[in-house]
Parts: sequence; structure tokens; C-alpha cells
Amino acid sequence: MKKLVMMACVLLVVSVLAGCGNSSNAGENGEVYVFNWGEYIDPATLDMFEEETGIKVVYDEFETNEIMYPRVAAGASKYDVICPSDYMIHKMIANDMLQEINFDHIPNAKANIGAQYYEQAKEFDPNNSYCVPYCWGTVGILYNKTMVSDPVTSWSILWNEKYKDNILMQDSVRDAFMVALKLNGFSMNSLNEEELQIAKNSLIEQAPLVQAKVVDQVRDKMIGGEAALGVIYSGEAIFTQRENPDLEYVIPEEGTNVWIDGWVIPKNAPNVENAEKFIDFMCRDDIALLNFMYITYASPNTGAKALIDDDELRASKMDYLDEETREELEEFVDIVRDSQIAFPDLSQYDNLETFIYLGEDGDALYNQLWKEVNSAYGE
Amino acid sequence: MSKKLLSVPYLFWSALFIIVPLLMVFYYGLTDKSGAFTLANIAAIASPEHSKALWAAVRLSLISTVICLLLAYPLAMILCNMKVNHSSFTVVIFILPMWMNFLLRTLAWQSLLEKTGVINSILGALHLPPLQIINTSNAVILGMVYNFLPFMVLPIYNVLVKIDANITNAARDLGANEVQTFFKVILPLSVPGMISGITMVFVPALTTFVISNILGGGKILLIGNVIEQEFTQAYNWNLGSGLSIVLMLFIIFNMVITAVTDKDGEVSIL
Repeated sequence: MKKLVMMACVLLVVSVLAGCGNSSNAGENGEVYVFNWGEYIDPATLDMFEEETGIKVVYDEFETNEIMYPRVAAGASKYDVICPSDYMIHKMIANDMLQEINFDHIPNAKANIGAQYYEQAKEFDPNNSYCVPYCWGTVGILYNKTMVSDPVTSWSILWNEKYKDNILMQDSVRDAFMVALKLNGFSMNSLNEEELQIAKNSLIEQAPLVQAKVVDQVRDKMIGGEAALGVIYSGEAIFTQRENPDLEYVIPEEGTNVWIDGWVIPKNAPNVENAEKFIDFMCRDDIALLNFMYITYASPNTGAKALIDDDELRASKMDYLDEETREELEEFVDIVRDSQIAFPDLSQYDNLETFIYLGEDGDALYNQLWKEVNSAYGE
Repeated sequence: MSKKLLSVPYLFWSALFIIVPLLMVFYYGLTDKSGAFTLANIAAIASPEHSKALWAAVRLSLISTVICLLLAYPLAMILCNMKVNHSSFTVVIFILPMWMNFLLRTLAWQSLLEKTGVINSILGALHLPPLQIINTSNAVILGMVYNFLPFMVLPIYNVLVKIDANITNAARDLGANEVQTFFKVILPLSVPGMISGITMVFVPALTTFVISNILGGGKILLIGNVIEQEFTQAYNWNLGSGLSIVLMLFIIFNMVITAVTDKDGEVSIL
């Protein structure tokens, strides 16, 4: 009996190893190395891409721009496509790490991505030559209606003693300083030392009220009712509302960050042609819609918006979906069609900004101040 | 000759993964961004944020080490006094959680301790006051003790089982009572195991950044967190390496104490 069990174990291990061996083979048309945010793509679209093009996708994830950058800059791992945010794209352009994208090879990027998003992207990519917008959104306050009695209209509610130990802040330097700078009426790209000191002091003053500093976890914590207020990306807000209807998302009146995450191709990309095919595929209207449904971050893809608005077009174009996915899609479309979070009317705000790269000295200054803030958190 | 050949893979391994990385840490730690020699990265430990983080780490890891020692010693004695069959079973039970990933175990504590977590739901159902330690240094200490306790139990257990029963019998023969036997015979004989356990708990606790991050809610800044952030977020490898060197000095200091106390080299890790 013992021998049988042993044999079974050995067989299992061998078959698992053999399985690994097979899957690590390159696709018939080579590979594409993709480096993207965590949970920022529908895995089904990757399978579809592999099937349609015969290109194998090797997919890695990162949690923040700051974690992504050293891995790419050190050159330890070579990627073909990366999806950083605005200011990080700006920084990579400034440090000569990106190559210009040949838009002739990516027809869907020309046809489907809305002109206003390219316009917004000019703040960090002045000639629109390095980046194809993939997702965009705002940063705001997510609050639990059952736990917050005051009207939530301003960043200042995150400094309200009443919500001590019920506030979640973002654990990344630029987002945290954005909140404090905007609260004090400054630009979130400020390099003015005096303004930054004021912002730093605001954050230190806030520290005792904060329950935790988190990145991705804000979503789960807010859904679970762990905290009353959290600073969150608009895309996460749609997801959390779907899970917990008590949650509401607000763009504070002092203004906020309009961010864009976009596909870029690094200079040292080994498979540029496959990278272009990958970006083109992700810009296809139906693929963009599937990704929008999966990650709930707003898509700049006008084709996807057209599919949302036009039931017949959607039905004919996406007839390849299985029943279950189609039902899920219909449900999702009903939610987001008129959603102010997914498609906000931003014309009422005149204080929205997009992050830009602040240069090496600017980064160093922010990091130093951030360290002083972090140091104030411990008891 | 053949014996030397056998050691080649090990030498190759240690050169590649121990010596070279160490040299790189020293290179980065002793240079600035332009590559010029500087001691500024080492001296940076004196800045208020860094020294506060270092002392916080020393404080928390010392507390955890003491708690581990107090918990582990009686446990090791109980294990020793068990019948052979029982004791090996209990040791396995004890090591069992270590087969699971360290990160998962720590994340599990997070969902146990959260405000709306498992423990507080049970306490709430029993109309007891909630346990509010998540995102505080107490939660970090709990995580350290939980994760590193086996590293304290096993060396002490190893030393205790090796103590010859004749020695304790002789002590009794000569008129020592239980308490005297323990303090005058068993405890001194088990010092090497304790020292080894202390090192094996104190060093990983001092350098951890994962436990403080997950259970401290990003609010407990230990020296490990500072170093991690210099590498991953601030992209200042020079400063990160400089602070690592300071931390290494602390650990070497600890090792020296171990070496002096543990002259017989009796203590094995497992």
C-alpha cells in the first residue's frame, strides 16, 4: 500500500513537472513580455490574444510605479510592454528608457482611443509619441454611508477627529502628498519647499487618525466595513460599490488627480513587433470592454463606449462570448452606462491636474518628506 | 583531492550568492550616486527618522525574543519529558505551520485581528469587548512571536534532550530539590541552546519588514521597512545599502556574543 502511494506521488510530481515544461515553450510566433499593474487585465483576453496571434504572453505584475521603475531601470528583466502611470511615463521618457511608438502598426490605437485622452496625455508625453492610454480615472474619497454622518465634499473630512481610526490613506508618496497639497490649495506637482512643508505637516497632523496606509487593500477593507473613509482610485470605486452598496465615491471640491495609465514600449524591448500587436489587440473595442468589465477602471476607448451604448452592435460584435459571460456583461453595462464614476462630467472642476515627473531632485525631496511623515506614524 | 572536488559546488554557490551580493552591498553603501567614496550613507543612520526606525526595530525584536524565550523554554521541557512517540508527534505538530508560506500565515493573522475580523466577530457574538491590536506595534510583536517561536523551541529542545539523565539524578542524590536542580543544573546546561534560539529569533525579527507592513498597517516603520523602501520606492540603493551595513554590524555584534558563549559548538540548528 505504501508503495502504491509513493508511486502515485511520484507520478503526480512528474506529470506536474512535464506540464510546466510544455507551457514554458515559446508560442509559434514568439513571445511578448508584459509588465502590468496587479489585477489590471482580464486574463481571458490574454488567452484570446495567444490564440489569435500565436504569440505567448509572459505576464508580470507590479503594485506601485515606484516598485516597477527600479526593476526596469536596472535592466534585470526585459519587458516589451509596460503600463505605468502618467508621471512615471514622464520620468521614463526623461531618462531615455522608452522608444517612440509607431502608431501605423497600431491602427486600433488611432481609431479607438478618444482624442481628449491623448490631449490629457500631452501633459507628460507632449507629442503623444510614447504612450497609448489604457485606463484613466480620478482619485477621490470612498465612504461608507452607514458610518459617515457628515457630508463628504472636501478632503478635510480625512482630518476630522470624529473618524479617528476609521480612515485609510494611500501608502504611496505622490498620492498621499496630492491629498495634502490639494487640501491646502496647492498644485499637486508643487516643488515649492514652503508648500511642501505645509503639506507634510498636514499629513503628520493626520497620522494619529489614520487606521492604516494601504495600496490595493483599501478595496477589501472598505467592502468589509473595516473603515469609514478611504482614499481610492475611481476604478476601484465601481468594483467596491458592486460588492457593497453602502459605499459612495466623491471627487472632493478642492480638486484631484486625473490620471492616465498607458502602454509604453521600453528601449530595450526584445520583441517590439509583438509588443505592437499586443497593444493593438488591447485597443480593440470588444477587448477594451471586456477589460473594463473585469477591472472596472474607466477605459479611454471610444469603441468600447459605443459598444456599451449600442445594444445591437454589442450583441453582434461579442457573440463569441459564452452565455455566462454575456449575462455578466449585460449586467455590467446596465450599471456603468449612466455611472458618474465611470464616465464623470469633469467640466464642473477647474482644479484637476495630472501628475508630472518632478526630476531627480524633486523626487528626492518628496521621498525625504515622505520619510518624515512615515516616521511620525509609529507610536 | 576528491573531497575538495565535492566542495566545489558549495564554494561556487557561496561565492555567487553570498560573497558577491555582500561586496555589492558594501560597494553601494560606501559610494554616492556618482560612484565616489562616501560615508554619508552610513552616517545617515543618525538622522532622526532612521535612528527612530532602528530603535523601534530593536525594541520590538527584543520584546518578541523575550516572549519567545519565556514561551519556548517550558514547551521544550514538556516536549523533553514526553514519551518518545508522543514527543516526535508533538514536534511535528509544532513544525506543521512552518510548511505553509510565511506570508500567508501573516496575512491570516491580519484577517484574524481586523476590526471586523474573525476574532472580533466571535468576541462580538459573546458580547465581549473587541480586541484592538491590529495596526499597532502589539500586532507586530504578535506576528514576530508567532512566526519565529519554532526557531526558539527547537534549539532549546535539542540541548535539553541531550542532557544526561544521570546528571539530574546525581543532583537529586546530593539533596537538591526540583527547583535547585533546575536553576543549578538544567538551566546552565541549556544556555547554549537559549543563546542560539535568541539569535535565531532576534536577527529575523530585527530585519523583518513584511510583518510590520502587514500587521502594522504601514504605520510601524522599522529599519527593515526603511531599507526596503529605499530600494523599491525611493530608488536610492546607496542609502539602502548603507543602512543595511549598519544593520549587519548589529547582527555581527549579536553573532560574536553567540560565538563567545557557545564555545563548544554543541548547538545545532535542527
